[in-house]
Amino acid sequence: MADTHYVLEARGIMKIFGNHVALDNIDFGLKAGEVHALLGENGAGKSTLIKILTGAYQPDGGGIYVDGAQVSLDNPLHAQTFGIGTVYQEVNLLPNRSVAENLFLGHQPLRFGFVNFRKMEADARVILKNYDLNIDPSSELGSHSVAVQQIVAIARAVQLSGKVLILDEPTASLDRNEVERLFEVVLGLKARGLAIIFITHFLDQVFAISDRVTVLRNGKLIETRALDALSRTDVVRLMLGKDIAFSGATDVEPSEAPNEVLLEFKGYGRKRSVLPFDLTIHKGEVVGVAGLLGSGRTEVARIMFGADPADQGTVRVNGQPTAIRKATDAIKHGFGFCPEDRKAEGILGDLSVRENIVIALQGKLGWFKALNRDEQMEIAGRFGESMDIRAASLDMPVKLLSGGNQQKVILSRWLATDPAFLILDEPTRGIDVGAHAEIVRTINRLRDEGMAMLVISSELDEVVAYSSRIVVMRDREMVAELRGKNINPGVIVQAIANNPDEAVA
Amino acid sequence: MKRSLRPLAATAVIFLIAYAASVLQFPSMLSTRVLGNFLTDNAFLGIAAVGMTFVIISGGIDLSVGAVIGFTGVLVAVLISWLGFHPLLAFVIVLGVAALFGAAMGAAIHYLQVPSFIVTLAGMFLARGGASVITQDSVPINHEFYGALSDLMIRLPGGGRLSFIGLLMIAIFLGGALLAHRTRFGSYVYALGGNPVSALLMGVPVARTTVQIYMLSSVLAALSGIVFSLYTSAGYPLAAVGVELDAISAVVIGGTLLTGGYGFVLGTFVGVMLLGLVQTYIIFDGTLSSWWTKIVIGILLFLFIVLQRIIFAASAPGEEKPEKALV
Repeated sequence: MADTHYVLEARGIMKIFGNHVALDNIDFGLKAGEVHALLGENGAGKSTLIKILTGAYQPDGGGIYVDGAQVSLDNPLHAQTFGIGTVYQEVNLLPNRSVAENLFLGHQPLRFGFVNFRKMEADARVILKNYDLNIDPSSELGSHSVAVQQIVAIARAVQLSGKVLILDEPTASLDRNEVERLFEVVLGLKARGLAIIFITHFLDQVFAISDRVTVLRNGKLIETRALDALSRTDVVRLMLGKDIAFSGATDVEPSEAPNEVLLEFKGYGRKRSVLPFDLTIHKGEVVGVAGLLGSGRTEVARIMFGADPADQGTVRVNGQPTAIRKATDAIKHGFGFCPEDRKAEGILGDLSVRENIVIALQGKLGWFKALNRDEQMEIAGRFGESMDIRAASLDMPVKLLSGGNQQKVILSRWLATDPAFLILDEPTRGIDVGAHAEIVRTINRLRDEGMAMLVISSELDEVVAYSSRIVVMRDREMVAELRGKNINPGVIVQAIANNPDEAVA
Repeated sequence: MKRSLRPLAATAVIFLIAYAASVLQFPSMLSTRVLGNFLTDNAFLGIAAVGMTFVIISGGIDLSVGAVIGFTGVLVAVLISWLGFHPLLAFVIVLGVAALFGAAMGAAIHYLQVPSFIVTLAGMFLARGGASVITQDSVPINHEFYGALSDLMIRLPGGGRLSFIGLLMIAIFLGGALLAHRTRFGSYVYALGGNPVSALLMGVPVARTTVQIYMLSSVLAALSGIVFSLYTSAGYPLAAVGVELDAISAVVIGGTLLTGGYGFVLGTFVGVMLLGLVQTYIIFDGTLSSWWTKIVIGILLFLFIVLQRIIFAASAPGEEKPEKALV
C-alpha cells in the first residue's frame, strides 16, 4: 500500500448489527500531526467506527492497521497498548480522587510495594505544566471545572497511549472560553506529532482546529478531504446528503391570512441549553425545526414543554401571559410532546397499548376521575382505528409493536387529550416507509383541523412537505425563519451552514 | 481542610468532648485501666469494622459480618474441643474457609451483577444457619494455648492492661490504613466507590478488586470471630448478632461516606472508640439501661449522615445536578 504513513488506518471496515449494516466498507486513515474531524448525523456510524478503532467492538470485516501493521484490538485497554487513547464526552475519571492519582491510577510509581506519593505528585506537576495547568496535583479532581477535568483526561490518555488521541465530543458541556482552552491543548498536542480524531456536532469547532474531515452518512463513507478546500455549505451538504442545486417546489399553499395567534414566546431561553429566541405560533400552523444534531432542536422543544424550564423570557398562551415551569403546566395549557427517544422517554413498554394511549388523558383528568376499562377501550379503539395501529390486541404490551406503531401509539396518546399545541421530536425516525407516510399524512390532517404543531426532523424533504414555516437552529441559537418559497432543502442547508446573505427570508 | 477530612475531624472532636465530659463526671474514667479495657472490649468490633470500611469505600455493604463471626467462633471451638486440633491449625482453617466464602460473595456480586446488599444478606443466612446446624449450644474452649493467648498482655502503669487482642486490633487498623491509602489496591477500592464505569475504563481490574474486597472483609470478620472466641473462651452460634450493623455505624461515624468513594480506615478507629465510650459511660453510670447505647448510636449515626450530606452537597463544584445530556 502506498499509504504507509498512516499512524492508524482502517481498511474496508464492515459492521453488521442483526440485519442492519452499521458500517459499510469504511476506509479511514489518520496521519501523525493532524486533527481529523469525523462528522455525520445520528446513526451515520460515527460512534460505531470509534468503538471499532478503540477496540470496544470487533469489526465484521476489514482490518485495522497501526503504523502499517495489522492489529486486532480486543478492548479499549488493549488499544491503549498500541498507543490509542480516548477521551469521552462525560469525563470518565474519578472526581473523588486527587488529580495526580487520576493521571496515574493503575500505573502509580511504587516504592517497596507502596505508592510513592511524592514521586507521583512531582511527575504529575511536570505533566500538568505541559498543559499550562497550574493546579495542585494533590487536590481533589472533582473540585475543578469540567474543562480542567477534561484536560486531565486528555493528559492521562496521552500519557498512557501517546500516539493517537480520540476526542469524542469533548466540548459538549464546555462554555466558549473553556472550548478555546481545550483547543490550545489540542493544537499543542498536534504540534507534538499526535494524531487526533475529533468528533463534534459544532461546525464552527470543526473549522477552528481540523485539518481534514471525514463524513459518514448511513454507515457509508461519503468523503475524506482536506478542510481548507471545503466551505461550510459543502460540509453540511455532505452530512445531510442534499444536493444544493435541488430546488423542489414546495407544496405548501401560499400562506393565507394567518389564523389567530396561539403562542407567543419572547426572549425565551435557558442557560447552557438554548439562547433566547422569539417565536409566534398560530393555530393551524406547522412550524418545522431544522438544524444539525446538537444544534438545540430538542432543547427548544423541551423548554417549550417545560421539561427543562426556561430561565429567561416570557410566554403568552392565547394572549395571556403565563409560566410553564413543568410538564404538567404545559399539559394544562393543552400542550402535547412526543419525544425523540421513544424507548426511553415515550412508551411505557410493559403497559398495554390501551394504557399507553389513555395515560396522558388520565393525567389531565386527575386522580379522581378514573377512566373505567370500557371508556379506555373506547378511546383506545377509536385511535387504534383512525391511526391504523397494527396490534394483535389493544391489551398487548406496547414494546412488542414495531417502531412505527409505537410512534402512532404515542401520537394517539396526545391526540386523546385533544391538544391545542403538539410538539413532535423526530416523529419519523427509525420507522418503516409505510408508517412514515402515514405520520406525515396525519400531521397534514391535524394542521387542516386547526391544531398548531412544532415538528423537529432531520429529514429535510419531510420538513419541507408539511411545514408552513421553518425555523433553523445553529449552535443552540435560532438563526433563521423561512417561509413561502424559501422553504426548500437548498435554502435550509445554506441557513444551517451559515450563509446569511442567501438564507434570510 | 479537605472536605473529606471534615467528618473525621468532627468525630474526633466529639470523641474528645464526650470523653472529657465523662471524665468530669467520673474521674476514674481517665485511667490506663479503662483505656486498656476500651481496646480489649472493642477488639472484635474494630477488626470487623476495618473490613467493613473497605467494603463501604468501594460502594458496597457487607451484612454477613456478624454471622461470619458467629460461624467462625463455632468452627474454631468445634475444631479444638471436639476434634482436638491445635488452635493455630484451627485458625488457619477458619481463615481459609472465610477467604473462600468472601471470594464467592465478591464473585457473585461482580459476575452476576447482584447488589452487594442481597448477596451478603444471603451470605449472612448461610453462615448463621451453618453455625446453628453444627451446634445449637455454646461450645467451651479449654485449651492451654487459648488461655495463654488471652492472658497475654502488657501491663501498663496504673493497673491498665494492654491485651493481645487489643494490640491485634491496633495492628489491623495500622495495616488496613497502609493498605487503603498507600497501595494500588487501596486506590482501586476508592476508584470503584467513586465511579465504577470510569474505573473500568481507566483499567482498574474490577473483577479481581471486588473479589479481594469481600475476601478481605470475610477474613477480617473471621479474625474478629477468633478474637471473640478468645474473649469469651467459647463458640456460640448466636454470638455477635447484629455486629455488622455496629460495624457499619462505626465506619459511618468515622467519616466514611455510606455511598462510597470517601473515607479513612483510622476514622473507623475513632468511630469504634466513640461507640466504646458510650458503652463504658453507661456501665459507669450504672442506672441507665444498656439499650441507651443503641439510642445514642442511632442519634450519632443520624447526625453524621446529615453532616456528610451538608458537607458534600455544599462543596461539590463539579457535581451539579446532572444536566439533561445535550443530544
